[in-house]
Amino acid sequence: MTAQPKLRPLAAFDPLVARKDFEILSRRVYGKPLAYLDSAASAQKPRPVLDTMYDFASGEYANVHRGVHYLSATATERYEAARETVRSFLNAAHADEIVFTKGGTEAINLVSYSYLAPRIQPGDEIVLSVMEHHSNIVPWHFLRERQGAVLRWVDVNDDGSLDAEAVDAAVGPKTKLVAIAHMSNVLGTISPLKEIVARAHAKGVPVLADGCQGAVHLPVDVRDLDIDFYAFTGHKLYGPTGIGALYGKRAWLKSMRPFNGGGEMIREVTRDAISYADPPARFEAGTPPIVEAVGLAAAIDYVSALDRAAVAAHENDLLDYATEQVKELNWVRVIGEAKDKGSILSFETEGMHAHDVATILDREGVAVRAGHHCAQPLMERFGVASTTRASFALYNTRDEVDVFVAALKKARSILG
Amino acid sequence: MTMDQGLRELYQEVILDHSRHPRHFGALEDATHTGEGYNPLCGDRVKIYLAVDPQNRIGDIAFEGKGCAISQASASLMTDMLVGRSVDEAEKLMGGFLHLVKGESANGLAEEDRERLEVMGGISEFPMRVKCATLAWHTMKSALEGGEAAKTE
Repeated sequence: MTAQPKLRPLAAFDPLVARKDFEILSRRVYGKPLAYLDSAASAQKPRPVLDTMYDFASGEYANVHRGVHYLSATATERYEAARETVRSFLNAAHADEIVFTKGGTEAINLVSYSYLAPRIQPGDEIVLSVMEHHSNIVPWHFLRERQGAVLRWVDVNDDGSLDAEAVDAAVGPKTKLVAIAHMSNVLGTISPLKEIVARAHAKGVPVLADGCQGAVHLPVDVRDLDIDFYAFTGHKLYGPTGIGALYGKRAWLKSMRPFNGGGEMIREVTRDAISYADPPARFEAGTPPIVEAVGLAAAIDYVSALDRAAVAAHENDLLDYATEQVKELNWVRVIGEAKDKGSILSFETEGMHAHDVATILDREGVAVRAGHHCAQPLMERFGVASTTRASFALYNTRDEVDVFVAALKKARSILG
Repeated sequence: MTMDQGLRELYQEVILDHSRHPRHFGALEDATHTGEGYNPLCGDRVKIYLAVDPQNRIGDIAFEGKGCAISQASASLMTDMLVGRSVDEAEKLMGGFLHLVKGESANGLAEEDRERLEVMGGISEFPMRVKCATLAWHTMKSALEGGEAAKTE
């Protein structure tokens, strides 16, 4: 957040120390040191997360909520402790407001299917911004296709910022939900979420936030935000893949129909009837990703042990440092320069396609993302087919930014 | 081969020239076959127009689209090579091309054709980019077959 002070107290957070926890960062690719600038796609995993998962799987693992044996009890305890860790991370009031999912995508699909679909009549509206990731677009398109819901798109400003007023203006008497990214995966834009929620609630409309980027870079307090649903994923938060979580207000979760059907989500099944378990079990059919849930908790513990404000200041320093340098190149157009933005740098390169740029960067050891970033409506908004994106995480350094900028200049010399 | 050599081979002058100044770029009014290709990975699109005469010969060909240097150069080179060829020859060339971009030998092609196609051979060192090179060819084939839009993913 640019609101964070740029000067950090000495030794509050040292990226060079943190880097040592991420073994993969010391490897080379094509004989060059790796500069991993693609953490917005998926972050690398620190040793404590991997160790925790290994130790749990090799020492305490069994299925959860089923057996009466020792290991099942231990595993259940760890799994539920992970839920408590997520609760605390989001400052939710109750652990039963946390549903484990496969990731952010599944969390949003769960809300679409279990919460919103039964509440949608033809012509009802869903408000979303043009900077949404496809995972916060397609589940709502399903309701448009299947039930005649209308998608109301809120534009961003030319600098990539999103105004709460603009969201508010799109919310009308037929709006059933507002679905907005906490932080854009392309522009880095941070949404004025609290104000969006307050304004939507004033009209009786609930709000879902896609927190897949936001939960990584910003403090999240679902009670302070008063948000109805908050979805995030583990693998962008230095945790494993295959695990994410949905926060939902208890009253909403209790009112929702089940998502998947299977074991664990029922109270009683007979040949003719079925009754469902209470949340969160109602939404966790089948054996959950147990080791991954424990890994997610370890990842949350890992980032929580750091001075998160200092981490954010470090990431924003890298963003500013990189932005400053690429803007000096008159063939680069930065997309997304909101005042309030996180450490994501997307840009277009004149006369050079993002995939060609990314290929050349790759051979210099620099991993960036190129393409539409699963945000095609946003690409259309800015009139580009694709962009190159560098994203900065807690373990990145200014040296890596230098390598990135040098590689960019090399791309120009080859392609330009 | 050093990495730089790999890059220089991939982005050699012939390829950059084709991508900057694509041949046969635009629509074809008297097209008998058209096909649209899409690469969902990058969002690149290409449209191929073919005018096939009663003797099954490609009298004219054109393409439209936006994309990376590789996909544009490949489309341009392809159109250049296909004018005047029979549909059978086009498919044979495509078969050879698909071998080349995978780093395999393209037996059965005329020496001159193989040499022209080999400028795209550098792509075999960049497996993530092979789809960029093959999009136009797959689209051409689906145009001739009148099938659904080609997709490389």
